Amino acid sequence: MDKLQKRKKLIITAAALAALFIILWVLEQILPANAMLFVVLKKGAIYALVAVSMNLLNGFTGLFSLGQAGFMLIGAYTYAIFTIPLEYHDSVYQYFNGGIIKFTVPVFAALIMAGAAAAIFAYLIGLPVLRLKSDYLAIATLGFAEIIRAFFQWDALGPVTNGSNLLRQYPSFTSVLFPFAVAGVCILLIVLLINSSYGRAFKAIRDDEIAAEAMGINLAKHKQLSFTISSFFAGVGGALLAMYQTTVQANAFKSAMTYEILLIVVIGGLGSVSGSVLSSFLFIAASEWWLRFLDADTYIGAFKVPLLASGFRKVVFSVIIMIVVLFYRNGIMGDKELSAETFGGIRRFLRKRLGRRKEEVTK
Amino acid sequence: MSANTVQNGKRNVLRVENVTMQFGGVIAVNNLSLEVNEGEIVALIGPNGAGKTTTFNCITGVYEPTNGEISFYDQVIVRNHPTGKMKKLYAGENKDLYTRAALRSPEKGAHGDGKRRSVKVLRPTPDQITKLGIARTFQNIRLFKSMTVFENVLIAKHVRARQNIFTATFRLNYQEEKRAREECLALLEEQGLLPMKDDLATSLPYGLQRRLEISRALATNPKLLLLDEPAAGMNPQETQELADFIVHIKNKYNLTVLLIEHHMDLVMRISDRIYVQDFGKLIAHGTPAEVQNNQRVIDAYLGVVEDA
Repeated sequence: MDKLQKRKKLIITAAALAALFIILWVLEQILPANAMLFVVLKKGAIYALVAVSMNLLNGFTGLFSLGQAGFMLIGAYTYAIFTIPLEYHDSVYQYFNGGIIKFTVPVFAALIMAGAAAAIFAYLIGLPVLRLKSDYLAIATLGFAEIIRAFFQWDALGPVTNGSNLLRQYPSFTSVLFPFAVAGVCILLIVLLINSSYGRAFKAIRDDEIAAEAMGINLAKHKQLSFTISSFFAGVGGALLAMYQTTVQANAFKSAMTYEILLIVVIGGLGSVSGSVLSSFLFIAASEWWLRFLDADTYIGAFKVPLLASGFRKVVFSVIIMIVVLFYRNGIMGDKELSAETFGGIRRFLRKRLGRRKEEVTK
Repeated sequence: MSANTVQNGKRNVLRVENVTMQFGGVIAVNNLSLEVNEGEIVALIGPNGAGKTTTFNCITGVYEPTNGEISFYDQVIVRNHPTGKMKKLYAGENKDLYTRAALRSPEKGAHGDGKRRSVKVLRPTPDQITKLGIARTFQNIRLFKSMTVFENVLIAKHVRARQNIFTATFRLNYQEEKRAREECLALLEEQGLLPMKDDLATSLPYGLQRRLEISRALATNPKLLLLDEPAAGMNPQETQELADFIVHIKNKYNLTVLLIEHHMDLVMRISDRIYVQDFGKLIAHGTPAEVQNNQRVIDAYLGVVEDA
């Protein structure tokens, strides 16, 4: 019975994913390629991956780290550096004699390299930093992210990183299916990890470090693991972001980016993968699309609508976030996951509500 | 090779020798020595602040003792002597017993034979201690709050598994995982916790939370179980049940038990031997009857009338 239900759940999930991809494909055929929807979907998918990777660390292992932008930067740069076609090297690295890296790797290999580079950095940074706890860890990782950002703009590294100049001309994607597929596979891997014995160990560390240690869980090793894996996927996310933007520059990976991702994670719910995914799409849609009109001067006839001016979007956005945090303290999903059962629950809830209303009407 | 110490036909499980734990100027545990033999239930009692829990923390690797040695099945697992700042600050006894020089010389050293016994870990972390086979519970219950009863127990199996992160992620370890789950289910059934296996651990009533914490410790397959005030906050009826429970699991899993407890009826009923600690120092030790009639123990608990 249990097994049958599991299989049924698996089939439903697979079917839902397949349907999603078909819908995306159909949308791409009928909507113009520059439709706002695709911007949201592409960026949303990338942010979903980064948010889930951050959730693995902050939500599931309980390590409050703010280094995500730094690891994304490493991923983005690694991807860009190793995929710029050789014929463009002279124009991209114009100030550095065409750079010193004289080879390219295929896109998928570069994506994995991007993750690996971020993971290696994370491992090294983790050795000293993971001895710290809570706020101190956050400050230290934030500091490291800033150092990485400065480091990559260093002129002496110019032949590799192009100093503070843009990296461009590397292969990118046009279809929305690409970020969905890559992010989807990565998130699936994270979910598998979270549901494994290691995931349980991470949660144990989050709940009670002392008890986890008394259960034989090696704190240093598991924290290091979680930190490295989270950074791996942040690196892949960074590479995707580089592809999406078609140019990459270290200066874009400010701590503000980390805060955006943190916001997504908190709004989605610390400890909920589907919450992170959901809220990253909502966040991107709100900030890139739905609230854009607030930034534009708007006239109704000769009357200029007050308040609507560049920057007002951020004010409204902040208010919305405050409201969400006030009324949904644990985020949209808490630590629950979205599943077929949730939809069943919603249906039951609605039926109950509607049913009651009907009863009232008949009375 | 070290010969196993055998006393009264029983192997020695835990030996704490001259352990001193000093925090800055405060000596929490002062030159404490105790022994626990296989199959025994030994109690460590004493007034509040006597250093009992600190002793536990030294044994389980939470603290590194300032001085002294702890061995488990005749294998030294912890050994230290005052170093660094503590060299000057140290106010305890047997300062030179465990220095490297002392251990080498046959006359001065802690072990008269001058031979260094086999050493496995000298600065263990709590997880290494658990792997060796010493499990513990906590004075204030420390269950994993967001997890179900079943998951709380299942965590204990993580350390014994031979999986690595890849086999675990891709479910190549499913046989091992299945076995771990079955073992945990059997354990929960045995402890009477099976009906609430999918409830949140913190939703259980207090007594069951205690029982779950002990079950969780049992799931790590320990040889020695350290219980820190298992009956705290329990009524006499529950305490009685707990006493039976401890004896039951001790026999069933061939355990040796060292426990800290304030409920004297429980201590007197189930322990084979009792150590009494006061202000960090050991003030008495013996069978329940001996300890009960020991004047120093009575003084420590009830206070002494001082002549003006």
